[in-house]
Amino acid sequence: MQKSLHIDPNKCTACLQCEMACAWENHRSFTIAKSRIKVFTFHKEGRFVPYTCTQCDEAWCMTACPVDAIRLDPVTGAKIVLEPTCVGCKVCTIACPFGTINYVASTGKVQKCDLCDGEPACAKACPTGAITYVDADWTGLGKMRQWAGKTDTNPATV
Amino acid sequence: MKHLIIGSGPAGVVAAETLRKADPAAEITLLCGEGEPPYARMAIPYLLKGEIEEAGTRIRKDADHYDRLRIQLVQARAKGIDTARRTVDLGGGRQLPFDRLLIATGSHPSLEKIPGMDLPGVHSCWTLEDARTILAEARPGTRIVQMGAGFVGCIIMEGLLSRGVDLTILVRSGYMVRRMMNPTASGLIRKWCEAKGVKVLTHTQPQGLSIKEGVLQVALGEGRTLPADLYLSVVGVDPTLGFLEGSGIEVGHGILVDAAMQTSAPGIYAAGDVAEATDCLTGQRRINAIQPNAVEQGRIAALNMAGKPAQFRGSFVFNVLTTLGLVSSSFGEWQGVPGGESTEVLDEVHYRYLNLQFDGDRLVGANCVGFADHVGAFRGLIEGRVRLGIWKQRLLEDPTRIMQAYLAAAHRVA
Ligand SMILES: Cc1cc2nc3c(=O)[nH]c(=O)nc-3n(C[C@H](O)[C@H](O)[C@H](O)COP(=O)(O)OP(=O)(O)OC[C@H]3O[C@@H](n4cnc5c(N)ncnc54)[C@H](O)[C@@H]3O)c2cc1C
Ligand code: SF4
Ligand code: SF4
Repeated sequence: MQKSLHIDPNKCTACLQCEMACAWENHRSFTIAKSRIKVFTFHKEGRFVPYTCTQCDEAWCMTACPVDAIRLDPVTGAKIVLEPTCVGCKVCTIACPFGTINYVASTGKVQKCDLCDGEPACAKACPTGAITYVDADWTGLGKMRQWAGKTDTNPATV
Repeated sequence: MKHLIIGSGPAGVVAAETLRKADPAAEITLLCGEGEPPYARMAIPYLLKGEIEEAGTRIRKDADHYDRLRIQLVQARAKGIDTARRTVDLGGGRQLPFDRLLIATGSHPSLEKIPGMDLPGVHSCWTLEDARTILAEARPGTRIVQMGAGFVGCIIMEGLLSRGVDLTILVRSGYMVRRMMNPTASGLIRKWCEAKGVKVLTHTQPQGLSIKEGVLQVALGEGRTLPADLYLSVVGVDPTLGFLEGSGIEVGHGILVDAAMQTSAPGIYAAGDVAEATDCLTGQRRINAIQPNAVEQGRIAALNMAGKPAQFRGSFVFNVLTTLGLVSSSFGEWQGVPGGESTEVLDEVHYRYLNLQFDGDRLVGANCVGFADHVGAFRGLIEGRVRLGIWKQRLLEDPTRIMQAYLAAAHRVA
């Protein structure tokens, strides 16, 4: 059974441990601006929402890439950016309708969540259980992936 | 079933791969028209910059990719289509039969109609061969006069400057990238280019090219001329469909297709830069010559060719552009719509600008300069026709909260 990140904003306290863990895992730095998971703040509502790639079935980023720099990890289901192949054209950043693949100016490449080879550092670091890594069926991500009536009838994997 | 695809750009390659998945037994032939393995034009700017080798421009990197998928690559150009006999003419008496045909021939530069375009030193920047020529001829100090500052014109500047050339850009209108950017965004891009040492001449159109004492001369009218070692024409592109003449396949500006990407001839499909399909914002047919659209249309066409009905739900124009390091992007109806509202923030000193266009409580367009984070959400909001509700007012007050608006309105998480 493939697993995926399950995010429960109700439990998030905006401690930003996930952002730090991600920045450390991928950049050996605690500069949270480099994190691939972002906690968005809603002051009025007093709400915090961690947000990152859902490894969606359509994989808009992967199909849009002109040079084959995004590949599917058959084990985790993650769509992974191959940095040496990426030319930094950014077309994936506008193709992903979720806004979860981003350009990093310091490397000249894009980055996105790659599920840390099946051991996501953000989930490990989250002290409240707002981010967990669980069986994909549980996450309700299916609903999110279908959001906006995307071409579920024409999935990219056909 | 014999599937034939004319054109091995992104639309053609994705179509071939989709066909293989959808129809394991089919015969699939992919015509490559440039004597090259399938490559992405989009990678050319990075080849010019020296960041990648030619191999880095290949659409697929594994050497045996096409063999493994039993996709037969044929180096040849289609000269004509016989819709009744169901053959494609390759010239020299060679013909290829097909049951289903996909036309994915993309576009080609629309050269300005002035005398001298055939002189040595005059080039476009559209093919790998063009890039090789530019790489061979652009050296430190080479005077390059570039006609055109559309998105391709802007993207290639960094590669050119990285070779130490002296660059002058001629712009017919008053604005760079005017098909993507509003005057404020365009003005920022121009200022940025000029700060990096590029000469930008607006309201300037060459009258003709000639050679004087071995040097190319660009006549600008009123007696003004510019000497050039290299003249680059990047004024725009036209769909490549000359070989359709006499085939009876209906064309407008591009090849007219329905939601299945089928042309007026049954069993013959078109996708990518060459196809004129529905724009999901305006409802009108248009060519949408961008990479994400080419691959999506290639995929939909292939599913239908394989007998698996799929509908193209329309596309809209969105694009991201890096001009000498300055990132900008453009989405949908960035010019605004009648009766719509808009909002913007501008930080001229730091080259940051964000302009949002609304129709009622929906986002319909945007221009961004210097904002590159989470820009995909603009596509999500616009294509998903997401109702912003109270977030519209909040965005009018502070457009930078676009991601919060997206999460709240599209994902209902706040
Ligand atoms: C320098 C540059 C930068 C770009 N940057 C971007 C960008 O940042 N973002 C973006 O979205 N788009 C960008 N584009 C545009 C993008 O490359 C095109 O939208 C895309 O290539 C369209 O794909 P396609 O498959 O429809 O056509 P093409 O890529 O043009 O492929 C068509 C293929 O058909 C072949 N062909 C043509 N006629 C025949 C024939 N008669 N017989 C056989 N074969 C034939 C051609 O040789 C070619 O291989 C850029 C283009 C260039 C040149
Ligand atoms: S980055 Fe976006 S398009 Fe790519 S897999 Fe994640 S959600 Fe899908
Ligand atoms: S930025 Fe990199 S990963 Fe994204 S589409 Fe371009 S080459 Fe592919």
